[in-house]
Amino acid sequence: MSIIKTEKLTFTYSQGTPFEKTAVNNVDLEIEEGELVGVIGHTGSGKSTLIQHFNGLIKPTSGRVLIDGTDIWSKDVKLRDIRFKVGLVFQYPEYQIFEDTVYKDIAFGPKNMGLDEKEIDRRVRETAELVGISPELLKKSPFELSGGQKRRVAIAGVMAMRPKVLILDEPTAGLDPRGRETILGQIKRYHDETRSTVMLVSHSMEDVARFASRILVMNKGEVLCYDTPPAVFARAEEIASVGLSVPQITKIFGLLRKRGIDIRGDVYTVEFALKTINEYLEAHGRGGLENA
Amino acid sequence: MENIISAEDLMFYYSEPSEEEQDNGQEENKILVFEDLNLSIEKGSFTVILGHNGCGKSTFAKHTNAILLPCGGKMTAAGFDTSDESRLFDIRKHIGMVFQNPDNQIVASVVEEDVAFALENMGVPPDEMRVRVDEALKAVGMYEYREHAPSQLSGGQKQRVAIAGIIAMKPDCIVLDEPTAMLDPAGRREVMKTIKRLNRENGVTIVLITHYMDEAAQADRVVVMDGGKVILDDTPSEVFSHVEKLREVGLDVPQSTQLMYLLRENGRKDADTHIITEEECADFLERLLRGK
Repeated sequence: MSIIKTEKLTFTYSQGTPFEKTAVNNVDLEIEEGELVGVIGHTGSGKSTLIQHFNGLIKPTSGRVLIDGTDIWSKDVKLRDIRFKVGLVFQYPEYQIFEDTVYKDIAFGPKNMGLDEKEIDRRVRETAELVGISPELLKKSPFELSGGQKRRVAIAGVMAMRPKVLILDEPTAGLDPRGRETILGQIKRYHDETRSTVMLVSHSMEDVARFASRILVMNKGEVLCYDTPPAVFARAEEIASVGLSVPQITKIFGLLRKRGIDIRGDVYTVEFALKTINEYLEAHGRGGLENA
Repeated sequence: MENIISAEDLMFYYSEPSEEEQDNGQEENKILVFEDLNLSIEKGSFTVILGHNGCGKSTFAKHTNAILLPCGGKMTAAGFDTSDESRLFDIRKHIGMVFQNPDNQIVASVVEEDVAFALENMGVPPDEMRVRVDEALKAVGMYEYREHAPSQLSGGQKQRVAIAGIIAMKPDCIVLDEPTAMLDPAGRREVMKTIKRLNRENGVTIVLITHYMDEAAQADRVVVMDGGKVILDDTPSEVFSHVEKLREVGLDVPQSTQLMYLLRENGRKDADTHIITEEECADFLERLLRGK
């Protein structure tokens, strides 16, 4: 059974006014448990509106949202339970920190879930370790930390609730390459260790290509494709035509194909490119690369 | 060529009195950003400064128009010593600055009024102001939006309005501190196009601080900073060929350069790590794959 399912999901902002705009249009989507989904789409593509449906922040104009098989808007469902099940981390989550110590901020969610002190303590320490916040920092005020550390504390606060689905809206926005790498690595580790479903909204095709097991591409309120990275990047030209940028390496292999070289076009990481070149050389009897 | 900005043995530290020290009346805690920074920017050039957070690049940027003043050494901007307080107005007229967050830079509730803000402060006569505001808005492609409210604009559009506000002052040089960090790919492209046109067509000196390697690849010169020092300073293709050195300081290189590097590691000594563009990379791969 899929962990997230939408049936003809449609959402229209300001319905019945001159500003009426359909942000999500008739979306049918099924996400299996345990996937690490990268969500791509430019501003206004409906990706943020879509993910806000998954923990009931927005009520569909029409259609249904099913989490773990339950329609979240049916009468006997408490939205509070859905929000423990689906954790949402907004953009720039460090602006939402409010407690006076790092420990208390991470503990806030688990405490609201009614867990006992011992369990809360265990989760705070485990999650802090996972996002690279050392035990000494737990006693500090979050406002004494660096921007990158603050963001990791904010993310840890949601992770500590151990939701079945963790959704992060652009967790790396505004960070430098090192900060980006650190956070993406920690999200990947969280995914691997908890085996939960993770959705990651990003503008960076390169990042998504390296980490995701599935990629969801949104365009004009509709799903352009939802598939594995190679299958998505095989449609690189179509993705580029709707104004999204594909990784530079994918563009290079597209150029080679245009020049009449019969090589795969679904290359999306540098390592994959090297392997592809090696295979091509061997297949054409020209000897492969050393050590490749 | 004449330098528009020049730092000679620039020294700067932030002071942070810790609580204990304050209580004891001890001397403040000094956090040294740079000790003897020497960095000049040629008039009419397009320079990118790269480096991870804390390397001193933003601190340098803030010295260029006297937001920060040197603790030692000398900073010259547009021919004036920035420590000379009586020249503050002149310096800021010649060196304009654009920051990361477009929302923090817009003061008026109508686009054209925002662009006119600095001109009003400078006492520009109304008819000339009209001409300059229109010209500036046309230069960034926002003329049709002149009567819109900034709140209705996208991030990329707001950032272009912020740039128009600077252009209207007719500065010789614009220093941009991560202007695209909070924008989506489409917004980033808009801003980059605007910056490049200002440099090529109007001869405005551009200093761009960024974390995006594809943006750096478009400059005339790339300066890499680490620990308050300039560690690389050359053309983009020369700088990016130092793959290992850049990795050491936590920076990326374009995927085309990465692939060339990997090919070299795998025995293709003819692979040139000076390659940064897709076309050049495809040219090399075409020769390799066709066995020529």
